[in-house]
Amino acid sequence: MRATGRRQASRTVARRRARWWALAFLLPSAVPLVLFFYVPMVRAGWISLHEWNLISPMRWAGLDNFRAVLGDPTTAAVFWHTVQYALGYLPLVLVFGLGIALALNRRLAGRDLLRGVYFLPVVTSWIAVAVVWRWLLNPTVGVVNQVLAWFGIDGPGWWADPTWAMASIVLASAWKDVGFVMIILLAGLQSIPAEVNEAAVLDGAGPWRRLWSITLPLLSPSVFFVVVISLINGFQVFDQVYAMTEGGPGGATQVVVQQVYDLTFRYGQAGSGAALSLLLFAVIMAVTVVQLWGQRKWVHDA
Amino acid sequence: MPRATGVRSWVLWLVVAAGALVMLFPFWWTVVSSLTDQTALGQSPSLIPDNPTMSAYRELFSRTPFARVVLNSLGLALATVVIQIATSSLAAYAFSRLEFRGRPVVFAAYLATMMIPMQVLLVPLFVQMKSWGLVDTYLGVLLPSTVSAFGVFLLRQAMNAVPRELDEAATIDGAGHLRIFARVVMPLIRPAIATFAVLSFMSSWNAFLWPLVILRSEELRTLPLALASLVGQYATDWNVLMAGSVVSILPMLALYILAQRHVVAGIAGTGLK
Repeated sequence: MRATGRRQASRTVARRRARWWALAFLLPSAVPLVLFFYVPMVRAGWISLHEWNLISPMRWAGLDNFRAVLGDPTTAAVFWHTVQYALGYLPLVLVFGLGIALALNRRLAGRDLLRGVYFLPVVTSWIAVAVVWRWLLNPTVGVVNQVLAWFGIDGPGWWADPTWAMASIVLASAWKDVGFVMIILLAGLQSIPAEVNEAAVLDGAGPWRRLWSITLPLLSPSVFFVVVISLINGFQVFDQVYAMTEGGPGGATQVVVQQVYDLTFRYGQAGSGAALSLLLFAVIMAVTVVQLWGQRKWVHDA
Repeated sequence: MPRATGVRSWVLWLVVAAGALVMLFPFWWTVVSSLTDQTALGQSPSLIPDNPTMSAYRELFSRTPFARVVLNSLGLALATVVIQIATSSLAAYAFSRLEFRGRPVVFAAYLATMMIPMQVLLVPLFVQMKSWGLVDTYLGVLLPSTVSAFGVFLLRQAMNAVPRELDEAATIDGAGHLRIFARVVMPLIRPAIATFAVLSFMSSWNAFLWPLVILRSEELRTLPLALASLVGQYATDWNVLMAGSVVSILPMLALYILAQRHVVAGIAGTGLK
């Protein structure tokens, strides 16, 4: 009796001590986490309710900033360009990423090397990628248009032409990210047990049948993951636009994040900038929630 | 894994290999262009430079503070890696090994920060740094990345895989939490730490939006910032721009090739880059 009591007492002491240890281990990360994530998050909401140019005192504005941002035709334009980007980029990386992943899941010669090559652009910076593609897609002296000219094709103006500018950004981005999609889908493919496919072969299923009825359904959770992540990243597109077109020509590729930046640091409307950034966050959350809700319809075991 | 045989697999291989060449071409063309003389640029393109010259690199390093810029990027990236490993591994240990009330809630509060997009934090973070007098300083760039929820998550996963019997054995030998953390758990999760180190280096090396907002002076700039401003400065000197791109891309490629296994494992396991 007394022994168990003592054991319990020592356990309580140990538990209390563990709490202090936990505090000590967590403090170095918890302090910056609160200071640089939670406090600014709340402050963003506070700033969005004020009229402020970052210098003179803040003036209460209620929901005026949200009204102004929602009523501004530029907002609709930048959201539309961002959606154009996301809808161009997603199918490209998905189709090519899936094709490459399926091919490189087979025992091909030099498979590891090939995987490494497709993944290479993922580790480079968006700015470098944008600068390089600006050169490749240069309307007059770029190598792409020069090669097209060999075949008698008069290449487009790419980033210098309002109708082709977003396509150029999408192309460069897809080149950079296709390896990322490939790696995620390869991991998904490798988690499909070999027995499932072997059983299907015994049942007389051909390769196409196996792809449609086994591989793709079992891969659907990975595909879902890729779609969710790609859309979240796609809506936040900025770096490559900044370095490739700076939103031009004539504002044709101006995206939401660039507008947040411009409102805050160029036009001295920090309140509207914060309001627009929160609006973008809300849109991203909504898009993600809709996908989570819709996944039951097509994702295996969701 | 299906074994590919016959003509069809050869066709498949050719397609995949051709695709890989297409993927490699922009890198090759960047190097070739950086070694081409300004006057020869844009004339009949050839895969190997006719008269390779280092003039673009000389221009880059003599006319712009690019050497300083490389050091800035390197210093900031290394500092980020060291700090993030320290803060993340300590927190991961608490979540993996220490019992305390509200642990799941605190862990969720950590993970939730991964969902907050940078551009929402942009304005308030800038204001905060301004009030602390940290605009246009290295510390201002560094502070928001002193913690990584992704790192806490990754390292906690690795620590959970370390058998608890090892801790118990160490406890019997009289070791406290600090010693178990440093001598038992950390050495055993070295592969996960390596993965995290590479990914954290990569995100710091390539970061653009926050440094763009917080840095002003030319001599504090990081590589992506310097490269972006080079576009304005050398609009048509494509050889100089390509030399700048090579300088920016090459160290990351080298690191990737050295640590390929870790990078791929980390990204495939978590989906974060």
